[in-house]
Amino acid sequence: MDWTWFHRLASPPYIYRLAATLTPWFAWPAGLLIAAGLYGGLVLAPPDYQQGDGFRIIYVHAPSAWLSLMIYSVMATAAAVGLIWRMKVAHAAAASCAGIGAWFTVVSLVTGMLWGKPMWGTYWVWDPRLTAQLILLFLYLGYMGLRSGIEDTARADRASAVLAIVGVVNIPIIRFSVEWWNSIHQAPSVMKMDRPSMPAEMLIPLLTMMVGFTLYFAAIMLVRLRAEILRRERSASWAREVVAS
Amino acid sequence: MRTSILAALWLVLRRDLLLAFRRPGHIVQPLAFFAVVAMLFPLGFTPELARLRDIAPGVLWVAALLSSLLALEFLFRDDAQDGTLEQFVLSGQSLTALLFARTLSHWLLTGLPLALMAPLLGVALGVPLAAMPGILGALALGTVSLSLIGAIGAGLTLGVRRGGVLLSLLTLPLAVPVLVFGARATELAIQGGAMAGPMYLLAALAVFGLTLAPLAAAAAVRIGLE
Repeated sequence: MDWTWFHRLASPPYIYRLAATLTPWFAWPAGLLIAAGLYGGLVLAPPDYQQGDGFRIIYVHAPSAWLSLMIYSVMATAAAVGLIWRMKVAHAAAASCAGIGAWFTVVSLVTGMLWGKPMWGTYWVWDPRLTAQLILLFLYLGYMGLRSGIEDTARADRASAVLAIVGVVNIPIIRFSVEWWNSIHQAPSVMKMDRPSMPAEMLIPLLTMMVGFTLYFAAIMLVRLRAEILRRERSASWAREVVAS
Repeated sequence: MRTSILAALWLVLRRDLLLAFRRPGHIVQPLAFFAVVAMLFPLGFTPELARLRDIAPGVLWVAALLSSLLALEFLFRDDAQDGTLEQFVLSGQSLTALLFARTLSHWLLTGLPLALMAPLLGVALGVPLAAMPGILGALALGTVSLSLIGAIGAGLTLGVRRGGVLLSLLTLPLAVPVLVFGARATELAIQGGAMAGPMYLLAALAVFGLTLAPLAAAAAVRIGLE
């Protein structure tokens, strides 16, 4: 089998150019899908019979929550690839994921709180999903803290890669323990949401937003990856040429 | 002839225990810290034993968590400074196994004393005497996981100068399941209920940690020593 494609993936200038070519292919569909999803969700979808218009925040909240977890697994996968094949570009990819993931976690927390105010009567409820998101935010902060705490880039890469893998193994355990904790200390005021099946005119915009947000993440990650590669390769001649031109 | 792995484990364990008993401050200080933190709650909350009993599980576990975090200072720092860890790496023995022994001795010196001391603090928090064996068992089991998680964190922060705050940010979120199951087991012990459920979950966490955490800690220490 020919492995040259795989070895080329380890070359920073190749990835730099590839990322530049790919970015618009993700950015444009992301913009169109998010615009369509917003129109569908905020205008076309009917108000919820229980929550009125308040439910519409789900069109930002659910995709952010989904991405916050997905980005952590992408980051851990990239970190593992970097650790196993000693691929510097994979470490750069993991580094460029962390900040985006942390922000999506913040967005999901804030939108969850804004939704909670009219629904629960308070901004914060120790709901299992909110709590798990908060812990996820701390995992991101720890990862970024470790990265910035070690000065040598190669060592920071490998240490934070171990942390990301430990984190991804632990996230299901943490989520389970939080669910279990909540099932014991159920506050009676918390509205219990069983999930009724969503009608299509609500569901389709939601799925559109999910795909749109995911593509948006891919586009932003590629932009950040290019910046990260340039920063790391700043003494290489190809990077100087790129910056000069 | 190369030392067999069990002999190596025993040597590491014996060395750690000897060193610790010649410098008892390392054992006593985390215990004193544990007591001080637990004492702050009656002062800051209420001296009524009946109300303290309700928050006793949380107080004991949060104090134990913070105290074990503080004790992680002693896990690798001295060994990294005087080159012992490098000798571990160069010894030709499995670093995973040596760190397993190192973590075990750390638990014997910090986790187990914490568990033994918890009933004393329990009395001060209005916990009935019948609950003491349960509390001791839960803390003894939970601190195994805390030592193992801590070994990963301590290994990762080896290369970080003044990494104490960072170490707490890395380890505390990972310790959430231990806190949840441990506090629940303690609560059930105080109420006189059957505490088998959360104890099994604590045991599962400990077994999971014993299996995988030394591998991650060894990887972390290798990176930290480069």
